Amino acid sequence: MTPVSAPRSKARTGSRTNRRDTRYTGVPPWVFALAAAGALFVLLPLAAMVVRVNWGEFIPLITSESSLTALGLSLRTSAASTVLCIVLGVPLALVLARASFPGQRLLRAFVLLPLVLPPVVGGIALLYTFGRQGLLGRSIELAGIQIAFSTSAVVLAQTFVALPFLVVSLEGALRTAGTKYEAVAATLGARPTTVLRRVSIPLVLPGLASGAVLSFARCLGEFGATLTFAGSLQGVTRTLPLEIYLQRETDADAAVALSLVLVAVAVAVVGLSYRRPRALPSQAGTE
Amino acid sequence: MTFTLNAALHARNFDVSLTLGPAETVAVLGPNGAGKSTLLGIIAGLLRPDSGRAVLGEKTLFNLDGGASHFLPPHTRGTALLAQEPLLFPHMSVLENVAFGPRAAGESRACALETARHWLAEVEAAEFADRRPGQLSGGQAQRVAIARALATDPELLLLDEPMAALDIHAAPMLRRLLKRVLANRRAIIITHDILDALMLADRAIVVESGHITEEGPTRAVLEKPRSKFAAGLAGMNLVTGTITGRGLTSDGGLDITAHPEDGAVPGQDGVAVFSPTAVSVFLGAEHGSPRNSFAVTITDLEPHGDQIRVHAGGLSADITPAASADLGLTPGMTVYFVIKATAIAVYPA
Repeated sequence: MTPVSAPRSKARTGSRTNRRDTRYTGVPPWVFALAAAGALFVLLPLAAMVVRVNWGEFIPLITSESSLTALGLSLRTSAASTVLCIVLGVPLALVLARASFPGQRLLRAFVLLPLVLPPVVGGIALLYTFGRQGLLGRSIELAGIQIAFSTSAVVLAQTFVALPFLVVSLEGALRTAGTKYEAVAATLGARPTTVLRRVSIPLVLPGLASGAVLSFARCLGEFGATLTFAGSLQGVTRTLPLEIYLQRETDADAAVALSLVLVAVAVAVVGLSYRRPRALPSQAGTE
Repeated sequence: MTFTLNAALHARNFDVSLTLGPAETVAVLGPNGAGKSTLLGIIAGLLRPDSGRAVLGEKTLFNLDGGASHFLPPHTRGTALLAQEPLLFPHMSVLENVAFGPRAAGESRACALETARHWLAEVEAAEFADRRPGQLSGGQAQRVAIARALATDPELLLLDEPMAALDIHAAPMLRRLLKRVLANRRAIIITHDILDALMLADRAIVVESGHITEEGPTRAVLEKPRSKFAAGLAGMNLVTGTITGRGLTSDGGLDITAHPEDGAVPGQDGVAVFSPTAVSVFLGAEHGSPRNSFAVTITDLEPHGDQIRVHAGGLSADITPAASADLGLTPGMTVYFVIKATAIAVYPA
């Protein structure tokens, strides 16, 4: 009997249930069958490749000079592209998630375009932008820099195709996090840059990390845009996917071995990123 | 050093004028969606009104009148906002949360941590300094949020239903804490709880449909409400006094038997609250152990809905017109107000 208080009680989230619970799931059995088929569709080709590997020659094949050069170039350019994706993608995601301005939907559509564009088309577009005869290429060349068919071109091509992965992932995380914490931080006297550095970014760090990992993985596998815009020059622009494609013509064993290396790197990268959010304590707090 | 505000936001049908003294706390009451949070959002700089002007001490927070377009961003205003949820930054420790404001104001790290420790001690949360916000209960987290807001030394503290999300056991302690820290401080507190208004605020305003419909000293607003909202919310009998083992002894010497709420310690200041509908009126003294019976002199009778409200001895009772006629009640008559002990709530003040 407390007639004086009329608190608006907010529904609190219930206690976390165990993963192996006994709740009704409502998933029909035939869905499990189709899901198994889907999983097989992904796993079988990988298994087929593993079966086809010439294990006796495996180590020499993947440690040949051209292989190591290609792998090194792939890792270096992918790392550089990921950094570029973060530098350009974080502001893009912030603007798309937080600001509102005319043409915002259009901007989002264009930023996401490389996701659905054939990479070779992206390569051609980049060539007509940064190439010798391109839109910006001429002025860049006057400054004594040539981009097309250089390692920089590889980085640009990879960034072009990988940027949407980071933007999509981070924009989603920013929208989920909401603006409540940012508003509180501002009323506590924090300038916008301080709010961004100490509140917004730390809160979406898992989203940023998984976005960066996805971008890195996409960079690692990039083929079409790189070949079109950067060519295939050993040690300069011939990344691992290009090397694999080239080896396939002459030495199938080498191609398979290198493919396996690429799969291993990709699995390691993705595995790393998808274990992290679960290991962290729930970031969203009371949400 | 006053705070003056007038602001209009047409999209939300909001138009409010308000003035606060240097150390005044004002309670804002009103139904959901009346514009109470809009008011705080406009003061904090999170919402931009269409027109109006606000001055806090020497500082003009915004001036959008007569073609002027002056609007200070939230971080330069000195108006800390405490919401219904604590909203502690989940990636920082409790201590770092409280040090956030001083750090943002440019204090050195060591200095900010020192300030944070001081305010954590002030809200009796020093032992949580190294914890993560996720490891705190709702009441503990809200205490830390209060410390975090106070650590910025705000010129105006804005509280948006700070106790609404707490369970009933945590609320009394937080209310006492707020009473202590809000003394000699300028604050605006939105609340649904008339007890908060009574205990924490010097003055109450009632906001309905984006406009102030009533304004005055808290007790006056709650005891003699003129607005429809305040009437529904309040019109309660409030008796202040000292908490005893079995209820409360009023400042006027009445012994009230009641069940004290959690956190009510004998010897403390307290307030007994009961509804006029819980009061029966008798011509002679009625006894019975669980009942309270007070001899009072009728000052006034007035219709209240389909009932008659009897004002007597600073209390009020709602009875049916038929009962009123049977008893032949008139002002100046001495009658007995009888209230069951279980109908009275006693809160620490």
